[in-house]
Amino acid sequence: MTVPIELDELDSEFKAAVLEKVPAAKFDLCLTCGTCTGGCPASDLFEMDPRKLVRMLVLGLDEEVKKTPWAWVCTMCARCIKQCPMEIDIPKLVYNMRNSWPREKRPKGIRNSCDMHIRSGNAMGVPKEDFTWTVEDVAEEIRETQPQFKNLLVSVDRKGAKMVLNQNSREPVTEPDELSPLWKVLHLVGADWTYPSVMWGGENYCLFLADDEGWRYILEEFVYHIDNNLGAEMVVNTE
Amino acid sequence: MKKYNIQHNFEFTSIITLYAQWIREGKLKVNSDWNKEMGIKFTCQDPCNIVRKTWGDEMADDMRFVIKTIVGEENFIDMVPCKSNNYCCGGGGGALQAGYPEQRRAYGKVKFDQIMATGAQYVLAPCHNCHAQIEDICEHYGGHYTVSHIWTIMCLAMGILGENERTYLGPDLQNFGL
Repeated sequence: MTVPIELDELDSEFKAAVLEKVPAAKFDLCLTCGTCTGGCPASDLFEMDPRKLVRMLVLGLDEEVKKTPWAWVCTMCARCIKQCPMEIDIPKLVYNMRNSWPREKRPKGIRNSCDMHIRSGNAMGVPKEDFTWTVEDVAEEIRETQPQFKNLLVSVDRKGAKMVLNQNSREPVTEPDELSPLWKVLHLVGADWTYPSVMWGGENYCLFLADDEGWRYILEEFVYHIDNNLGAEMVVNTE
Repeated sequence: MKKYNIQHNFEFTSIITLYAQWIREGKLKVNSDWNKEMGIKFTCQDPCNIVRKTWGDEMADDMRFVIKTIVGEENFIDMVPCKSNNYCCGGGGGALQAGYPEQRRAYGKVKFDQIMATGAQYVLAPCHNCHAQIEDICEHYGGHYTVSHIWTIMCLAMGILGENERTYLGPDLQNFGL
């Protein structure tokens, strides 16, 4: 026998918890139009899609919402909220779904990268000294072998530099020769720049892990270092 | 920083904005002459995090201005849709390390088809997540494009790209300008 759903008696605890953190998420205003789902490449993966997810949330299917691995295949790209006529914040819902997983149950690959970033300032766990050594070594080779760049200046923690650049940790670790094209461009325009030794990794796995504390720590350390130790006017996010 | 309400004294910008600014100011002297005869076709990926989620179409437009300057307007082909309405590559949000490769690649099929429809030989992806994912789906679905950085093509265009800086060039450009 089918039983009607009594809307007034729905207990949507998870919805209430997410709304408390993100009051503007407006899940109850969903029109179920499906625009989000039509334009989402993650629709149907793990038999889930954004519209279905919001319905489940609103209907209080908390356990199903919190345990679906879809939280980790949605990339939080925000195409859904951009198109949504009611601006339902599905990416923040997914972030909070990730956040609801016990930290040790979240994907290991993301967790390790986040942990390394917290410990060493980049997702690949490169010690500060190694980063500085690699950067200086690559720069020295260019100065020696490419006469046009014999005065190439590359530095880490140079106080008073106008710009601070972040750097994805992939290059210094696996392909250091890929560091230098950008340096050459900076050299040619006469940019006054340096790398920071603190939280220099341009990646952000703590965001992906939905680790609020870790993410906040990384940002605070970074901002403190730039503002108090280096005094740069500008921070530049690189490719 | 906004999320946690962390105050900072510096301005936060992107290298793409600066490339565009330096080209406009004449500080960065680069053009597309190198590609006039070859006519190698390029497309680009708008990374969700820097375009849709942070700087919007202004960033997407700067990126196109920079790329068209270095490869030639006639050699740039946009994906459809693009800019702030672009499809995510499927590698974002930690997906490359989340441990669901089958789903990640199914997601990326949308992007793969979009790229193939442009017919471009090169995809410029100024985000390491996009870069790795777009390379992976190329291999997985049997595509023939090369994923590269803007800085690589920019140095190539200026004739200053070293022999050892060509990991992200296809066989067609490995020896170009050496």
